[in-house]
Amino acid sequence: MTTITEKLELFEVFVRSKRGLDHKHVGSLHAEDHEQALEYARDCYTRRSEGVSIWVVKSSDICASQEDDADCFYDPSDDKPYRHATYYVLPDPVNNM
Amino acid sequence: MTTSQEENFMRKISAEEKIEPKDWMPDAYRKNLIRQISQHAHSEVIGMQPEGNWLTRAPSLRRKAILLSKIQDEAGHGLYLYSACETLGISRSEMIEQLQSGAAKYSSIFNYPTLTWADVGAIGWLVDGAAIVNQVSLQRTSYGPYSRGMIRICKEESFHQRQGYEAMLALAKGSEGQKAMAQDALDRFYWPALMMFGPHDSESAHSQKSMEWKIKRETNDDLRQKFVDQTVKQIEVLGLEHPDKNITWNDERGHYDSSDLNWDEFWSVINGNGHCNRQRIEHHLAAHEEGEWVRDAITAYNEKKRAKKAQHAA
Ligand SMILES: [Fe+2]
Ligand SMILES: [Fe+2]
Ligand SMILES: [Fe+2]
Repeated sequence: MTTITEKLELFEVFVRSKRGLDHKHVGSLHAEDHEQALEYARDCYTRRSEGVSIWVVKSSDICASQEDDADCFYDPSDDKPYRHATYYVLPDPVNNM
Repeated sequence: MTTSQEENFMRKISAEEKIEPKDWMPDAYRKNLIRQISQHAHSEVIGMQPEGNWLTRAPSLRRKAILLSKIQDEAGHGLYLYSACETLGISRSEMIEQLQSGAAKYSSIFNYPTLTWADVGAIGWLVDGAAIVNQVSLQRTSYGPYSRGMIRICKEESFHQRQGYEAMLALAKGSEGQKAMAQDALDRFYWPALMMFGPHDSESAHSQKSMEWKIKRETNDDLRQKFVDQTVKQIEVLGLEHPDKNITWNDERGHYDSSDLNWDEFWSVINGNGHCNRQRIEHHLAAHEEGEWVRDAITAYNEKKRAKKAQHAA
């Protein structure tokens, strides 16, 4: 037996809490299509004025890196401390730059 | 355009709300933003050339690695800004074409040559320093994607200025010859760095509307004053001579008074007569053309992949 959620698509929901800020991932939900997903997301994730704008994206459209591969996928550049402002020791009177 | 759209737009502006790509906005606002953001993006990209000139001749492996990282950041800044500008409906290739044809400008500072290693230090310290003053102010710009881009960029800029100052400090505390080299770089880059803030407010064609729409948050002259003020102490700590003999603290204003700039030079460089204007664009064109095969390869790869997928599906 297929359950209803198996017939529906999974969507990821992103909410912008305030104009000017980035959209943040808040969760996911099942819906028939984009339009429905938007409405469900509004009902589900923005009941207490959490947001001013919502994005919904089909979960299957998201291509994600694997956290387990983080070490080889990202080079954290730990061997390049000079990329950080704090690496440079400057005299006190000008240290605020 | 209806009045209510325009009113709604102005209401957001006065309430300090950001304008986002899908919001209605006046055509002139869009145009003004495209001009400013693309000019900013072009500056990041062209700005890699004067510094790149010293990459293979950096005095140590450490300095070379630092410079390479900084230049890499600038390429990234160009990318953030081109992307922000694309949200306004102009394509990347249109922008590049406008840069190469001269229709779009970039900051005049990059038309000055880097004659010695000290120039690299002076650029990080003064040129990035001036850019930071401007960019900190632009974090509050009214266009959302531009504002978020500025916040990201400002986080990365502090390292640029500090590495430049550190390099200057090493020279200023070094041999007589090194100190002289640092002084010479300061003397040559100080004035053009001040010009980066643009003409006096009274002469600035786009200033008033930009301020009204909160694209710009502070005037050219106010930002320049900030930079003048903060630089005095920095020159003193280096033990170098201030290039402006008229610099004096004004107690009443709470700011330094300084000499006026050579505006003839400013306009002349903007209009194409700087030392390096032609070289910068020629280099950009050459690099762009030499990169053609990379873009072709990407397209070919995409087509190949698509064909493979279609075959599988069939
Ligand atoms: Fe910059
Ligand atoms: Fe930059
Ligand atoms: Fe920079």
